[in-house]
Amino acid sequence: MSFTQKHLLGIEGLAQSAILEILDKAEKYAELNLKTNKRVDILAGLTQINMFFENSTRTQASFELAGKRLGADVMNMQLQGSSIKKGETLVDTALTLNAMRPDLLVVRHPNSGAVNLLSQKVNCSVVNAGDGQHEHPTQALLDALTIRRTKGRLHRLNIAICGDIAHSRVARSNMFLLGKMENRIRLIGPPTLMPSQISEFGVEVYHDMIEGLKDVDVVMMLRIQRERMDGGFIPSEREYFQRYGLDFKKLSHAKEDAIVMHPGPMNRGVEIDGDIADDVTRSVIQEQVEMGVAVRMAIMELLSRNQSSKHKKLLT
Amino acid sequence: MSLLLKNALLVEPDLNKVEEGNIVIRNGLIDRKDFRADNEIDCKGKFVAPGIVDLGVKVSEPGESHKESFESAGKAAAAGGVTTIITRPDTKAAIDTPEAYDFVKKKGNDDCIVNVFHIAALTKERKGREICEIGMLSDAGAIAFSDCDNVIEDNKIFSRALKYASTFNALIIGHPQEKSLSQGAVSTSGKFATLRGLPSASPIAERIGLERDLALVEMTNARYHFDQITTISSIEVLKRAKKSGLDISAGTSIHHLSFNELDIADYKTFFKIKPPLRSENDRLATIEAVRDGTIDIVSSMHTPQDEESKRLPFEDAASGAIGLETILPAMLRLYHSSHLKMEQIFNAISLKPAKRLGLACGSLKHKQIADLIVFDADKPFILNRELLHSKVKNTPFDGHKLQGQVLRTFVKGKEVFSL
Repeated sequence: MSFTQKHLLGIEGLAQSAILEILDKAEKYAELNLKTNKRVDILAGLTQINMFFENSTRTQASFELAGKRLGADVMNMQLQGSSIKKGETLVDTALTLNAMRPDLLVVRHPNSGAVNLLSQKVNCSVVNAGDGQHEHPTQALLDALTIRRTKGRLHRLNIAICGDIAHSRVARSNMFLLGKMENRIRLIGPPTLMPSQISEFGVEVYHDMIEGLKDVDVVMMLRIQRERMDGGFIPSEREYFQRYGLDFKKLSHAKEDAIVMHPGPMNRGVEIDGDIADDVTRSVIQEQVEMGVAVRMAIMELLSRNQSSKHKKLLT
Repeated sequence: MSLLLKNALLVEPDLNKVEEGNIVIRNGLIDRKDFRADNEIDCKGKFVAPGIVDLGVKVSEPGESHKESFESAGKAAAAGGVTTIITRPDTKAAIDTPEAYDFVKKKGNDDCIVNVFHIAALTKERKGREICEIGMLSDAGAIAFSDCDNVIEDNKIFSRALKYASTFNALIIGHPQEKSLSQGAVSTSGKFATLRGLPSASPIAERIGLERDLALVEMTNARYHFDQITTISSIEVLKRAKKSGLDISAGTSIHHLSFNELDIADYKTFFKIKPPLRSENDRLATIEAVRDGTIDIVSSMHTPQDEESKRLPFEDAASGAIGLETILPAMLRLYHSSHLKMEQIFNAISLKPAKRLGLACGSLKHKQIADLIVFDADKPFILNRELLHSKVKNTPFDGHKLQGQVLRTFVKGKEVFSL
């Protein structure tokens, strides 16, 4: 038992062995998800609440499906509108929900650190489904599982993360995870989209895509928000695609068997050429979505195990 | 009535020394010549120093007296060794008219057990558009003018305000910052902000703000106090500027001398202050600037915030920390760590603010008003925020080990606090 945390708030605090435990467990669920009957009742009777303070379709659906396949009662709360507008604070919302005695909260919030704050105020386990520009741990774990399954290993790979690094929680979580697994990480993007002192995180920074992609095993593209391309961070969409959009020409500098990843949703023709995204020999984007459900099932099982083993300890 | 404080370690910032001796409080004044007295207290091993003059205290009256009132701030000040508080005008409804000024003046006089003076806003509602009635406010007693953390962006308005104020010889206080760089930032750019994914601003924003203000001060000959100087690069600029002969001074806050950005740890909002906490190198450089006199004044930047406004995600949480009761023990940390000498500390927290504001206090001179404190510099304690006198308890020092406690505080010769 290496993953002993009560919550999954980020990758930063996880040990290598804990990451491996989660991935091994997820591997089993990936197999299960191929079967006709995808249901196990490990979480039967438990309540899972998905609290999304920020729009999300894919991540929320993935968490919902994961919970349901494990037999939990899943409730979705869209919190972008109602209660926030009424002036209720995050902590009050958390306390209200806590009183309904959920067993698992899945939380996405536009502010960095908000999920951490919430986890301090509730009794149940909390999973960070993305907080501001901080972390998105389940995305990094599903990316890791996808890489391990396609490349056969999760260490000593050259991995490029490309695009809007500064505003990306996916980039941060992936950087931590892949770093802990002893990979060589390159960050590629324009200087205006690089966070400050990023080179101190043990990564190599490139502003030239072709140079950066040379001999990499994995190319991770990030989504870029359209509003960042109005001249504030980069001059225009077409200049961005020309310099940092992934097309076959740029990809040819990577290793021949390099895989292409994207956390979705994609902006075809902006950060990635549509043909690459659809090329099943290079793109593992669909597999990422598939692994997402498996990884989230694994996490929920392990968190509920950690909670109940703590209860048992308290009883004895 | 007279009281002899005998065998005390007398802190004399004006003479740059600490010496054992006797001092008498007689009829509200300090007597250094005649040591006969009705009562006496043996202060062996204890320090007697001029009371702290705290420049830039927010007393949340009017508008938010549930956070702090003149009464509670006075008690906190007395317990912290602060004998004079200079209030900020950034209340809800800014202190920007003679009428508002009269309100705080009356409240201060009636409710507060320590001396109170008030800073008035420089522009109406601190919005940087229309200049306040600086003349009438000066007549009413405003000790200085400031829009606090609201930077006046419009150079024309700002230069006119400075020029206009200079006819009254009024002191202007600014918190230098380049707004387009610092807008929305809650941390200092660098490894820590990147790690936590927090919106951040480069420390250069402070330097650009400082250089802009300096140029306008040069143009208008205003009397100017650069408050909240917290970074290496602005200290360099300040050092050069101070040789220019302009009527300028500089200040920083005790929190920037005590903490760095890493103290924010897992988004602890009690460490969210404005400007945000800096790197350790910046902190050390700021301490050095206090030591060498580049920074003249250290203040608590006392800013009460209630639990509701702090119990939010870091970006949404209110900025500021209370400091009236912790400024002395926090400064004494720098004494115990040999960063600052005792007389340097009291230069920064008593004598220099008093001088800059034209107040007749800040030293232990004969015949001066007896605003002074007795304290034990060594006494260790663990700070429990619930025991503080402020109405709200947003101190970053909660649970911290501190050394040094105020034993007695005298304001105009009257004991307003004793432990």
